[in-house]
Amino acid sequence: MSDAWPVAADILLDVNDLVVHFPAGRRGMFGKPSKVHAVDGVSFRVRRGTTFGIVGESGSGKSTTAQAVMRLIPATSGQIVFGGENIAGFQGERLRQARRKFQIVFQDPFSSLDPRRRAGDLVREPLDLLGIGSPKGRDARVSRLLAEVGLPPQAADLFPHQFSGGQRQRLCIARAMAPEPDLIVCDEAVSALDVAIQAQILNLLKKLQRERGLTYIFISHDLGVIQHFCDEIAVMYLGKIVEQAPAPVFFSAPRHPYSWSLVAAAAPPGPLRTRLKAQFLVKGDPPSPVDPPPGCRFAQRCPFVIEKCREEPPVLAVTGPSHFVACHRVNEIEAPNFTASD
Amino acid sequence: MSPVLSVQNLSVAMKGASGIVPVLEHLSFDVAQGKTMALVGESGCGKSMTALAIMRLLPEDFVVTSGRVLLDGENVLAAAPQALRGLRGNKMSMIFQEPMTALNPLYTVGDQIGEVLRQHRGLGRRDATEQAIGFLKAVQIPAAEARVHAYPHQLSGGMRQRVMIAMALACKPKLLIADEPTTALDVTVQAQIFDLLSELQDDTDTAIVLITHDLGAVAELADDVAVLYAGRCIEKGSSQEVIAHARHPYTRGLMACVPHLHLGPAAANVQRELEEIPGMVPPLGARGAECAFLPRCAFAIDVCRAQPQPPLDVVDAHAAVSCWRHREIAP
Ligand SMILES: Nc1ncnc2c1ncn2[C@@H]1O[C@H](COP(=O)(O)OP(=O)(O)OP(=O)(O)O)[C@@H](O)[C@H]1O
Ligand SMILES: Nc1ncnc2c1ncn2[C@@H]1O[C@H](COP(=O)(O)OP(=O)(O)OP(=O)(O)O)[C@@H](O)[C@H]1O
Ligand code: SF4
Ligand code: SF4
Ligand SMILES: [Mg+2]
Ligand SMILES: [Mg+2]
Repeated sequence: MSDAWPVAADILLDVNDLVVHFPAGRRGMFGKPSKVHAVDGVSFRVRRGTTFGIVGESGSGKSTTAQAVMRLIPATSGQIVFGGENIAGFQGERLRQARRKFQIVFQDPFSSLDPRRRAGDLVREPLDLLGIGSPKGRDARVSRLLAEVGLPPQAADLFPHQFSGGQRQRLCIARAMAPEPDLIVCDEAVSALDVAIQAQILNLLKKLQRERGLTYIFISHDLGVIQHFCDEIAVMYLGKIVEQAPAPVFFSAPRHPYSWSLVAAAAPPGPLRTRLKAQFLVKGDPPSPVDPPPGCRFAQRCPFVIEKCREEPPVLAVTGPSHFVACHRVNEIEAPNFTASD
Repeated sequence: MSPVLSVQNLSVAMKGASGIVPVLEHLSFDVAQGKTMALVGESGCGKSMTALAIMRLLPEDFVVTSGRVLLDGENVLAAAPQALRGLRGNKMSMIFQEPMTALNPLYTVGDQIGEVLRQHRGLGRRDATEQAIGFLKAVQIPAAEARVHAYPHQLSGGMRQRVMIAMALACKPKLLIADEPTTALDVTVQAQIFDLLSELQDDTDTAIVLITHDLGAVAELADDVAVLYAGRCIEKGSSQEVIAHARHPYTRGLMACVPHLHLGPAAANVQRELEEIPGMVPPLGARGAECAFLPRCAFAIDVCRAQPQPPLDVVDAHAAVSCWRHREIAP
């Protein structure tokens, strides 16, 4: 694999210092208003035709990042350069036109589909809304899309409740692909499915990527799925990226203490898992994202914390080819041994 | 020693407009004191129905059509309403798939655990709250003295699931049924909950029925496993044996679908394409007499088409499998 810094033309999405804060009421009657620091200075680049994975605990800001990038919620600050243009400030018609280039698939296919509309209409809707193709051309496109995601032609006339969970997710994928986007965000898109259907949907997404050069942002809390599906991985903790690397690099030698906890929890059963869990699995819940403390956000739970960690926030710095880690002690603490011999 | 739970030839059916439709067919398994039995299988295979039948909580229109469920030798299915209420709190309890629907949003978690203790152990209010705090501590909820006064919505998903476990264990049941206790939670919390369950089991010697489609959890937690497909048990045995030498084509397919995590040197060569089982579980009413897996099975031959569902063939003390061809196709 090449370690060269990607050239600009390769980059579909370049997110720069993205911040998303939500209001969280006030502390006391005269206190200053508190804020939820959902996403706090996140930067990453996604190459065309590849899959960028985001992992992290519940509440770490994965969905908020994706939704801000897709302009579904307002960013507090930051740049979102998509296909060479900063779309962060786009409004009105410009935003509407830009939107057709990125689509999203959610975890719960049931709540994201209007139960009163037939499958064919659901897939056709984004084409109508965006005025893509002639009305006749749209019909042909809908049948083609249903076939591509592996649904039979009769499916067009059925309502969402008449599909199984896996079929509903296929329908959501067909709908997301309808406007021929460049980027599809999959937010826990396979998390509610059982292993057998999950494998079918992941293979379908891979096939579509190969055939159409699609780019994915893939959010999941299942590291096994992430490893099989993603080219690049970012680990989020309380609104920040704490580690980022190409998948093979990350899984052969993760470097952040929080990443060690994640892999310990997901390691295959056996002596390796037992050892990793005993050494690295963090306990308790993450601290609140409302007015987080200064310093490293992982400090409260980190087994390697020192005084400096509580005072100064570590920055995401290069530690190897395409490998970024945010930890003051990255060069001091000994990395775990991932060979299963004991 | 006689098992805590013995499910014998259990069948359940649904009464529909077009007659009666089988949901579960002839399930049998035993769980001994301190042991864990896992029920696995795709969505819709009948895992939750099995749990609900044991608890006598089947939804309307669903009826038991054959079999017995013995809890400590007593047939749950024949118990009078009064006796049943006693059984449910004192001898068996269940953790449901979605904790938010099982907890009452209007009462504090302390009240809800306390209520169980007052009903089943006749404790007074003060003692019940005192003990509820103890249970919250046992399930590792930080600041238990304060959290005992919290409402369910004020807790994270992981904490709610821990509260459910605390409630289920409050009466020291002989049998605990956990229906996908971690599916809605993220991995770190999943690992914590599984550790917690096995620690508590070590302390209390409870028999556990664990429902999951996480085969990793099976390997780690379960002594035995039963694989369900379309309401039928198609393979069972010790979890070691079934995971190391799955014999049924369906079980083998399920294991191959799982994207295992590869760490360290093994991370360099991860296969990107996953194995898949084509098609899907036949819905209720679309299940014939022949092997239920037939339409999706790569090993199917005319023999399979001509005969009914193969009986569970006992291979040895640790494994039994329902497939006409399991000896020929053994890997
Ligand atoms: N509209 C909102 N108003 C206030 N806080 C919010 C809002 N949306 C999200 N948050 C908070 O922002 C933080 C990040 O949430 P987000 O949904 O991005 O997490 P996530 O990583 O996607 O988690 P999960 O794995 O549970 O989906 C959380 O603390 C969440 O409670
Ligand atoms: N209330 C209901 N009314 C009608 N059919 C139902 C009902 N609940 C479940 N079923 C059907 O009964 C069968 C067994 O369902 P069950 O809930 O036991 O599956 P499961 O193995 O627990 O699946 P999951 O992994 O999705 O929880 C399925 O075909 C399901 O569609
Ligand atoms: S900066 Fe300190 S607290 Fe943060 S991860 Fe590194 S060692 Fe742990
Ligand atoms: S009996 Fe036949 S169809 Fe059924 S699982 Fe065995 S080989 Fe496949
Ligand atoms: Mg999310
Ligand atoms: Mg279920």
